Amino acid sequence: MIQTRKIENIILSVITLCAAAIWVFPLYWAMVTSLRRESRVVSDSAGLIPDEFNLTSYIDAILNTRLLTWYWNSIGTSLIITVVTVVTSMMCAYAISQMRFPGRRLLYLVVLASFMIPAQALVVSQFILMNDMGLINTWGAIILPQLIVPVVIIVYKQFFDAVPKELREAVLLDGGGEYTLLFKVYLPLNWGITAALSIITFIGAWNAFFWPFLVATSESTMTIPVGITQVQDTFGVQYARVMSVALLGAMPVAVAYLLFQRRVTEAVMISSGVKG
Amino acid sequence: MALRNKKRLRHNLIAYSLIAPFLAIFLLVFLYPTFKVIQLSFTNSPLIGDGEWVGLDNFRRLFADRLFYTSLYNNIYFVVLTVVPTTAIALGIALMVNRLKGRLQALILATFFLPYILPVSVVTEIWAWMLDVQFGVVQPAIEAVIGRSMPVFRNPQWVMPTIAVVTIWWTNGFNVLLFIAGLRNIPSELYEAAALDGATSRQQFMRVTWPLLWPVTTLVLTLQLILQLKLFDQVYLLSQGGPFNQSYVLLLMVYREAFQLNQGGYASAVALVLFVMIMVVSVLQFQLLRIGGRK
Repeated sequence: MIQTRKIENIILSVITLCAAAIWVFPLYWAMVTSLRRESRVVSDSAGLIPDEFNLTSYIDAILNTRLLTWYWNSIGTSLIITVVTVVTSMMCAYAISQMRFPGRRLLYLVVLASFMIPAQALVVSQFILMNDMGLINTWGAIILPQLIVPVVIIVYKQFFDAVPKELREAVLLDGGGEYTLLFKVYLPLNWGITAALSIITFIGAWNAFFWPFLVATSESTMTIPVGITQVQDTFGVQYARVMSVALLGAMPVAVAYLLFQRRVTEAVMISSGVKG
Repeated sequence: MALRNKKRLRHNLIAYSLIAPFLAIFLLVFLYPTFKVIQLSFTNSPLIGDGEWVGLDNFRRLFADRLFYTSLYNNIYFVVLTVVPTTAIALGIALMVNRLKGRLQALILATFFLPYILPVSVVTEIWAWMLDVQFGVVQPAIEAVIGRSMPVFRNPQWVMPTIAVVTIWWTNGFNVLLFIAGLRNIPSELYEAAALDGATSRQQFMRVTWPLLWPVTTLVLTLQLILQLKLFDQVYLLSQGGPFNQSYVLLLMVYREAFQLNQGGYASAVALVLFVMIMVVSVLQFQLLRIGGRK
């Protein structure tokens, strides 16, 4: 009985490792390809094992594409989206959670409803709006529609609801106002959730494709996900180069994820409501 | 009394100042465009510029448009190809990963989750290379099965299943995480009690794990359903809707009509259909979650 359990365990572990190997293979293969010379990538002798460490295509990618501009656009827009979204959502969630004012219920209903509206279905009218505002091919157009992330408000509200009421009364008795309460008490109590929501918002903004693709049509305003699709046009079918650019584009968030794995994992779980 | 009213007013003003920044952005870039897209769908507007009110013409045209039905069919086909498979695969992976401990678990979990944080264009470029008909590393495997290499994104039968595979590879890590969170929420005493009663691991799964995991499973299923209905990026980047429109989907139709054919009104009508579809699914999801929460 114990013997069969053991064998079962070993078999399951082997299956797990095989599945993991299959899953990581595309990334492994992209890496191997990017480190080969272009002529070798498409030759018959190019095996599955890395046998070359050639950085030419990486250097070429950085020098001959506008990768650095795209990095800058991605970092700038994603950071602004994250900060503005988290701060405005936090303030709004605080008011909904802790204060009583006319329109409160309606506001929360609207937030919940907007959670169900697919932003993708609004692109036509959002594009027209951005065009009317003269923002096409600027950061403003990339940023503005991405500032609405209803889940941030919903999660903040849940966490603010859970803060003991005595705390609030004590601060109010001491003459503290609502802003003091929010920024000196509620925010410090919820740094963990703030970090989680910031991570989720940042990853979402960094990886956004459809919307930036519509409003950033000149190479100088493109973000990483949009920009790297231009590379194939520049390089043609030069796979080592295309893979280098793809990996460079994926690098910042991938590295950040590997460094802060636990935090990202928890952030995803919290924001989808399976863990509070 | 007057003092009380003044305090009340002050309180409300502070509340409004807290919600104002969010509300202003929300009204401008979300609520206004929502009404605008509805209004546009009743006009013959180009993308930029004014149009005339044409009543239900766009919808009449839409329901007579073969491309619309093709797109709708492909959207549903893609949902069938992805939603249940990815949920099943994610559950399997989560169960396997959950058995591991410590650093190994973290490492294996990272392996499955990593693709999820990649930009979609990175994902499509890697797969386009792997599936390249001449030099792709996967082609020998395809040859071994069907006897010849296959330009997957240019074959009407292969295009959607292949895009489904790419999508599952890309997004599955998210579902794995949700299942792992669900598994961790199951109290270990339940397993101990089951083991004491002599339950086999199969029975433990059927009687303990599966029922307690059901709320997470419905969450994953509905989130996936909504996500996969919004298919655009992968199709645009891998096959442009072809060949013979076999991977043409509703959001691609919105894009083509609005941004390439300059038919803002008609595109809005298509968008509205997708909008309603997703709203219906979302409301269902909301109800499901409420029922799940009450239990």
